[in-house]
Formats: sequence, C-alpha cells, structure tokens
Amino acid sequence: MSKRSDARLWIAQRATAALLALCVTVHLVTIVYAVRGGLSAAEILGRTRGNVGWLAFYTVFVLAVAVHAPIGLRPVVTEWLGWRGRSREWAALALGVALAWMGMRAVLVLYA
Amino acid sequence: MTALQVDVWRGAAEGRLQRYDVPRFPSQTVLDVVTHIQRKLDPTLAYRYACRVGMCGSCAMTVNGVPRWTCRTHVDRVAKNGVLQLRPLRNLPVIRDLVTDMRSFFDKWERAGGHFEGASTKADDFARVAPDSAARQAADAGIECIGCGVCYSACDVVSWNPDYLGPAALNRAWTLVNDPRDKAGVTRLRAIAGDAGCHACHTHMSCTERCPKHISPTASIAGLKRAVTRAALDGKL
Amino acid sequence: MKRLALIHRLSGVALSIFLPLHFWALARGLELDAFLRWTEQPLVKFAEWGIVVLLAAHLGGGLRVLAIEFLDWHEWQKSLAAVAAAIVLASGLAFALAL
Repeated sequence: MSKRSDARLWIAQRATAALLALCVTVHLVTIVYAVRGGLSAAEILGRTRGNVGWLAFYTVFVLAVAVHAPIGLRPVVTEWLGWRGRSREWAALALGVALAWMGMRAVLVLYA
Repeated sequence: MTALQVDVWRGAAEGRLQRYDVPRFPSQTVLDVVTHIQRKLDPTLAYRYACRVGMCGSCAMTVNGVPRWTCRTHVDRVAKNGVLQLRPLRNLPVIRDLVTDMRSFFDKWERAGGHFEGASTKADDFARVAPDSAARQAADAGIECIGCGVCYSACDVVSWNPDYLGPAALNRAWTLVNDPRDKAGVTRLRAIAGDAGCHACHTHMSCTERCPKHISPTASIAGLKRAVTRAALDGKL
Repeated sequence: MKRLALIHRLSGVALSIFLPLHFWALARGLELDAFLRWTEQPLVKFAEWGIVVLLAAHLGGGLRVLAIEFLDWHEWQKSLAAVAAAIVLASGLAFALAL
C-alpha cells in the first residue's frame, strides 16, 4: 500500500463519515418516529414503494456504508488480529462489494 | 510513620515483582522511594534518573499502571492504600529492572523525518520567522518535547502495531512541517503518512493526557493528517 | 478518552456484523409481515434498542474524531466524550420511549 493510497483511503473514510453522520441522523429520527405504535410491512412499504426521494437517499446511504465500513475495519484486523498485506486489502474490497450488493438489493426490494 | 508497600519489577522481559517496605515521609516523590530502595535496601536494582527536578525526563517509568516522571510524582497522589507498583516504561524492551532500551523510540523519530533540513548557508541572511504566525505557534505548541517516552508508553496503537511511529516522533515531524526554514517538504509528509504513521492514530489521546510537558501530540497528528490530505488532493504526495 | 475510542471501535465492528443481517432481512420484502411479527418478541426489541444505541455511540464517537481531526485545536475538544455520551443517551431514550 503506497502512502498515496493510504492517504486516499483515509480521505474516503472521513468523507463518508461526514456523509453518514447526516444519513444516520435522518435514519435514526425516522426510525424512532416510525416505530411509534408498532411497525407493519404495509406501513414500511407504504413509505418506500415508488418513492424516488427515498430511493436516492438510501442508495447514497448504502454506498457510503460500503466504503466506510471496510476501511474502518482494516486497522482493527491489523492491530488486533495481526492481519497485514495483500489479502487484507482484497478482503476489505470484497466486504465493500458485498455490503453494496446486499444493501442495494434491500433498497430495490423495498422500492419496487 | 507508616510504611509503603512497593512492588518493583525485577528482571527483563521475564521476571517478577519484588516487594519492598519503604518508610513513608511527607512530600515524598516516587523517585525518593526508588532511590531509597536502591541505596538502603537492594543495591542490585537498576533504574534511571538525572536531574530529579522535572527537566530531563530520564526517570520516566510506569507507576501503578500509568507512565510518569517519578521525580514529579508525589507518593500521596498515587499510592492508594499505601501500595505502589513500579514497572519499566511500556512498549520498550527492558534492559534490566526499571531500565528500558529507548533505541526503537529514537529510531522512529529518525524514520519520521524528525530532523531539521535547512537549505541556507552562512552567506545567506537570517531567516525571518514571525513568532505570532499560525505556523510558528503550531510548532511552538509541540517544540518543548524532550523525548522522555511517556507518550510512547501511554499509546495503545504503539502496543498494538510495532511499526507505528508513535506520538513523539510524529509530534516532532509536525514542528518541522511548520518550520518555513525546513526544506524536507513532501519527503517528510510521505515518511509520516500511512498505516505506520499519522493515519494510524485513533485519537485515544492517552499521549495528550500523560505528557508531562502538556504537549498535545493528538493535535500535532491531526495537523499532519490535514497536511497529508492537502498534499494528496494537490497530487503532490 | 481511550474508553470512548474503544466503544467507538467495538460499536463499529458490531454494526459491521449487524448490517449484512439487516440488509438480508429487509430484502425479504414479501415476507416482511411474518418477519415483523417475529420482531415483536421482547428479546428482539431489546436487541433493536441495543443496535440503535450502538449506532448512536458510533456516531457520537465519530463526531468527536472529526472535530479533533478537522477543527483547530481547542481545550474543549477534550470534553467531546461528554457530547458523544449525551447523543447516545438521547437516542437510546428516544428509541426506548418510542417502542
């Protein structure tokens, strides 16, 4: 890993962190509001089906998480499990792709 | 007059805690205690000190789990229930008893580009550095470091990652990054960036909490993160 | 500060484990009502509350890191741990009350 890529990863992590701070706040407020008086599939889908604004927001949310989480986990696995080198980078990339994939699947299921 | 129960590390990497009973006095420092042990109870004990007035940092060791200067640590402040536990500084190889090998600490200082690189000669005029400029104030905030190793011992990332340059080395690099007379530029930024450099700091702030000179390596490292970011975004890294 | 940083790290790890499960559950959109019935169980409700607290903890800790790394150094930055804790408590309480 070159110093340039280390710097870029750090920038990406902090940028997505700032973005997620907004997304998470909106998400938490929405969840607390929506959970009042119980939750049903009809209620959820009523809000998400065909809602382009909802789709846009959660797409951004999912992709930001897919970048933020693997970069965040990298130092943890190195410092606590001694995992270093190429395999760590590939694993992080794989996790990012997996999160993006699973996240977008969920978003599209609720949107469509 | 009560006695202090003092458990002192004896040995090197392998060893054990040895108990001594030390007479307690008012205004007693931990350095007084260790000195009493070595002079009156056990001459085989190895430890370091020099100035004994809080200027040199030689007497740094782990007191009840916390890295401190023993000459500036009053026993009353730290000896809960009359018990003291003394160990060598963490994160450094132990030579013997309370004495550590500080070579890796200073090697990392070098690796972080912690030395001044000037470009002027005696033929040039004096450099003009405004003392109230933002850069000089940033450098001044970290310039008083005497390399005692307390921050390095307090740092969890140093414990977890043997390659991590550590708070002192990075702090020193920051003072030079802010020195307009220094010409190392991007070379130094490259030296301090990355998984073993400033990007590995997780802002636990143990260094800032423990520094006896009240320097904040966390602030310096944050400055380095920003400097590296600027260089990376400018395509200079 | 170290304790807060550890909470930040551990909550991040926990959320990384939770998220794939969350995505998987949501993707089963058609069976959502059956799943939602399962979530009515008190143990699940408690886990949900736990996840909200973890998210708030990670957010609070993260805001502290961003403040220290991007703003000029100030003494009050040392008290950010308290701000982070406040965010966590507020979120946990809000969610508990909403349940």
